[in-house]
Amino acid sequence: MSGSIASFPLDTRFSVPAKGVAAIFGPPGCGKTAVARCIAGLERLPAGFCAIDGEVWQDKTTFRPPHLRPIGYVSQEASLFPHLSVRRNLLYGAPKPKPTPIAFDEVLELLDLAPLLDRSPSHLSGGERQRVAMGRALLSQPRLLVMDEPLGALDSCAKREILPFVERLPEKLALPMIYIGHDMAEIERFADHLVMMERGMVTAAGPLHVLQTDPALPLAASREAAISLDAVVSGYDWRYGLLILRLKGARLLVPAPPLAPGVHQRLRIAACDVSVAREAPRAGSILNVFPARIRACLPLGAAEITLVLALGTGGSGTEILARITRFSFDSLGLKDGVDVFAQLKHVSLLSASERPLQTIPASTPTADPGDRQATPRRETRSSAREASGIFLSLHSCRATHVT
Amino acid sequence: MDGFSPEIWQSLGLTIELASVTTVILLIVGTPLAWWLARSKSLWTEAVATMIALPLVLPPTVLSFYLLALLGPNGPVGLLASLWGGRTLAFTFAGLVVGSVLSALPLVVQPIRNTFAAMGDRPLEIAATLRASPLYAFFTVALPLARPGLLTAAVLGFAHTIGTFGVVLMIGGNIPGRTKVLSAFLFDFVQESRWREASWLAGAMLMFAVAVVLALTLIDKYSRRRST
Repeated sequence: MSGSIASFPLDTRFSVPAKGVAAIFGPPGCGKTAVARCIAGLERLPAGFCAIDGEVWQDKTTFRPPHLRPIGYVSQEASLFPHLSVRRNLLYGAPKPKPTPIAFDEVLELLDLAPLLDRSPSHLSGGERQRVAMGRALLSQPRLLVMDEPLGALDSCAKREILPFVERLPEKLALPMIYIGHDMAEIERFADHLVMMERGMVTAAGPLHVLQTDPALPLAASREAAISLDAVVSGYDWRYGLLILRLKGARLLVPAPPLAPGVHQRLRIAACDVSVAREAPRAGSILNVFPARIRACLPLGAAEITLVLALGTGGSGTEILARITRFSFDSLGLKDGVDVFAQLKHVSLLSASERPLQTIPASTPTADPGDRQATPRRETRSSAREASGIFLSLHSCRATHVT
Repeated sequence: MDGFSPEIWQSLGLTIELASVTTVILLIVGTPLAWWLARSKSLWTEAVATMIALPLVLPPTVLSFYLLALLGPNGPVGLLASLWGGRTLAFTFAGLVVGSVLSALPLVVQPIRNTFAAMGDRPLEIAATLRASPLYAFFTVALPLARPGLLTAAVLGFAHTIGTFGVVLMIGGNIPGRTKVLSAFLFDFVQESRWREASWLAGAMLMFAVAVVLALTLIDKYSRRRST
């Protein structure tokens, strides 16, 4: 392999629910962009198959050309039309008869585009250009939004500017989205479903939280390991300013501004913010201490170990990760199946979500751990044959792709 | 200027008419041709590109000779035309247009082809993901983006036709009022040793050429500024 061009056969097969955000994650050059281009119809692999929401876009006999596929496509470069103003760029793909499900004013507000309308694309910053590109894709009234590393070409400052807008899209619009990226820190903020790719192959696919805690996958064993899931707001402690969140097997107290009960809140718990104790601590400053059972132990380097813990007595609740030293591991006498107390030192709240959790039945983040075995990896999930799913299968003897 | 006969004004009108008609035809024919050359992966593109480029290296007389053979009263096209009661194209304004179009075609196709090639697939792919059919994308994205190339091509085609000479003599036959354009007039002035008129005319055409090259430079500069 040389340079940024990887040459390998693409053999990708996955299906994700046609609801919420499905992220395709993999190192640069693994064929993610090829997948996006195949969904958009910009590339045609001879033996490919692509069905969206029960509609076949490509199989042996049919190939729907890109302009007849109702998708919104946002790529790394904004590729605005330089000869059109921002306004005319936005309206380029918008259907001519006016009333549309995704309204012009709504998109302007969502992406804060109003101040840019009469400018020329050459006078926009990278982040602004990307926002216009997203707005343009949305106004073409897509039924599926495909974002191919929309933040990839931006510097970290512009990334911070854009990320809140990207996060807001799935919340505000009931639009399924495929988000392609190589930065887990972005993906864990808003993805519901995850497809992991390497060298043109899908290595795993499933609900984000399930893959994050899967001991067989590299995510749990990585240094930045964390879990992200949607919890339900169950109340607020006005006296101390604590938000009460419900998880399966735990009731979290997090210092935060109040939210309406029943609202879904995305939270992230990093492995390094969780420690364990053999006995319930009698007095301590950590608010969130729960009984848990060790499900797996993954060595991390020579000195540390990442534990997969299932919350709740008997370990029937949500799985989280904890990072401890090997010294503590040995001195506490820990091993698989041991009951411990998990101490959550810090829980980060990400964007508040108004989506009902039930929209993605198979990928409900609080799924019973027992369901995990029912979620076959490296395989087509059972929902593939259901009507409301995105099913994609790509094969090529030899494909050259630049990501 | 007072030494110029009314014929020369007639000739000027004829020259401009020829150049305008030729330029319009060149753009209509050359743009799709350039599009195909820039985007097709067919092996035929290079063969066709070579054919189009031939007038650049061939003496105009050779090109005209073959055209005459083809379009003349005894040529295949001429014979076909006479069957339908049509007239031969030799020694007519229409014949002149055909000759000028062919000899200026490489000058027009090349800059347009280059702009289309430089544009890449990207803008059209994006247009397609925004539901633009290939034809709609061509007119709303490819053509506007290729404007500098189209302008260059139009100016080059126009200017080249103004200066066309070999084709005029061979196909046009130098008939006053019908096919006698400025370059042919200059030739006649020199033949008749009318140096005063010849130098006026030559000077005017020189100025025109300077203006054309200047215009091209400005177009290039303008388009560069727009794209950055």
